[in-house]
Amino acid sequence: MSIPPQALFGQLLIGLINGSFYALLSLGLAIIFGLLNVINFAHGALYTMGAFVAWFLLQYAGLGYWPALIIAPVVVGAFGVALERTMLKRLAKLDPLYGLLLTFGVALVIQGLFRIQFGSSGQPYEIPDALKGATNVGFMVLPNYRAWVIASSIAVCSVTWYVIERTKLGSYLRAATENPTLVRAFGINVPRLVTLTYGAGVGLAALAGVLAAPIYRVSPLMGADQIIVVFAVVVIGGMGSIFGSIFSGFALGLIEGLTKVFYPEASDTILFVLMAIVLVFKPAGLFGRAA
Amino acid sequence: MSPLKDRDAAAFLAMAALLAVAPFVAYPVFLMKALCFALFACAFNLLIGYVGLLSFGHAMFLGGSAYAAAHAAKVWGLPPELSLLFGTACSAALGLVVGALAIRRQGIYFAMITLGLAQMVYFVFLRSDFTGGENGIQAVPRGKLFGFIDLDGTMTMYFVVLAIFLAGFALIYRTIHSPFGEVLKAIREHEPRAISLGYDVDKYKLLAFVLSAALAGLAGSTKAIVFQLASLTDAHWTMSGDVVLITLLGGLGRVYGPVVGAFVIVALENYLSQFGAWITVIQGAIFVLCVLTFRQGIVGEIASLVDRARARPPPT
Repeated sequence: MSIPPQALFGQLLIGLINGSFYALLSLGLAIIFGLLNVINFAHGALYTMGAFVAWFLLQYAGLGYWPALIIAPVVVGAFGVALERTMLKRLAKLDPLYGLLLTFGVALVIQGLFRIQFGSSGQPYEIPDALKGATNVGFMVLPNYRAWVIASSIAVCSVTWYVIERTKLGSYLRAATENPTLVRAFGINVPRLVTLTYGAGVGLAALAGVLAAPIYRVSPLMGADQIIVVFAVVVIGGMGSIFGSIFSGFALGLIEGLTKVFYPEASDTILFVLMAIVLVFKPAGLFGRAA
Repeated sequence: MSPLKDRDAAAFLAMAALLAVAPFVAYPVFLMKALCFALFACAFNLLIGYVGLLSFGHAMFLGGSAYAAAHAAKVWGLPPELSLLFGTACSAALGLVVGALAIRRQGIYFAMITLGLAQMVYFVFLRSDFTGGENGIQAVPRGKLFGFIDLDGTMTMYFVVLAIFLAGFALIYRTIHSPFGEVLKAIREHEPRAISLGYDVDKYKLLAFVLSAALAGLAGSTKAIVFQLASLTDAHWTMSGDVVLITLLGGLGRVYGPVVGAFVIVALENYLSQFGAWITVIQGAIFVLCVLTFRQGIVGEIASLVDRARARPPPT
């Protein structure tokens, strides 16, 4: 079997791009899960919302890509804060399954409203001028925007990792994950920490949405199928470690890209197959701790 | 017979009688659809309500069995009873594989795993030749049940569907109230305790999962024969969400919950079908409302109202 190197690198690039989004999304899910014990089913819908906020800003306020990169995560983060304060908070003492059901309902509402407004086809979003074109890097022609997405995803993931693992704020966060009651006894406002964590987690989803807007079209269903794949990524990686969720995001994106080259028929299913294999040999996930 | 059993038997007979009269008052095709979904949701409820396992991938059993039954009836020309049996058996086999993988994790992981595996099955159906891709398997013959009951008559079909539903419902009721069902509830309440009492909980969970998959498969096969169609819609994750909604709205862990939920949701979808995406919004809103304000569902809330009225001392 001979694969032209151009096609191989092309698919690897697509794999890295997908991996960038998997990493950002699974990172957000892992942070939220750590503190709230909730699997945020609305994550895909909020990623979609991030892309739409960027589109709205361009359409109605004339604000382009760069302001949107900041504004959209803040807007969606604020929405997340409101969601946590009004709804999720009330479920804190219940079985975590209720959190899953609630956020699933929220996802349906958001997705449905966007579909009513925009249909299923989606809206195009232009690549910003500064990132148009492509660079020849010797072995392949690399589109600038795609390089930017990969670089910024790595940067954002690294900063998040640093904040959680190496700063004072992060140590509060990790302590509250282990034992919230004790952390409260030390005078730290844990409920506020929980709210802000949820806001930050969905902010990451919105950031991924803005990054994705010029690559995929801005469409109401862009997050729906994505989130199911990200769940598989989360099961494979395990949610115990921040680094684990970042690493498995990128690695699985690459594996998916390679599958497209060598056995394209399986490219839709490979991650779920891997999930099944991991469940057989290491049920807690590659980086997870056994429950 | 204990008084409790008397009451349950009376409730079951009342439901059977109501459903037997229903097609003379309401539209039989609507009722058949509701009954298929009711059986589907009862099978789902067996897991969430009595073992505490939330499967977010039950569409794979509904959709998979529909394809199997439709293929058996149309391509192999099997009579309906064998097609139904084949669909159910395929679903049980799928349930065995999926269940063995999924029960390795608990709680929300179980939900995510079943969702992921169902998505994988969906893509397999999308790519396979025998499913007819986007078109599905159309014009499935209803045939003659046991060689002499012609199912082309709507009323005949209705009563066959009703019989299937009641049989499935009775089986679930029997399971829940058997020693096996008691062990399931013990696992739901406190898994480590059940383990320490010497129960092989994984075996119990797997058996419950296979049973649930088989009954969901019976519902899917029946649906394929009734509507003469097996399509991707039945296997999509939105269908998995629908069955969660039906059960949640009707009442998790209530025997009659999924039945009530199915009639409400199918009616809602019928009336709102011209509003397109608004259905999704309304379904989402019902989810949010149920989780936030009435987690017991319709049947659960009514039951606790009745209990409260009973507990009140008589006026003196």
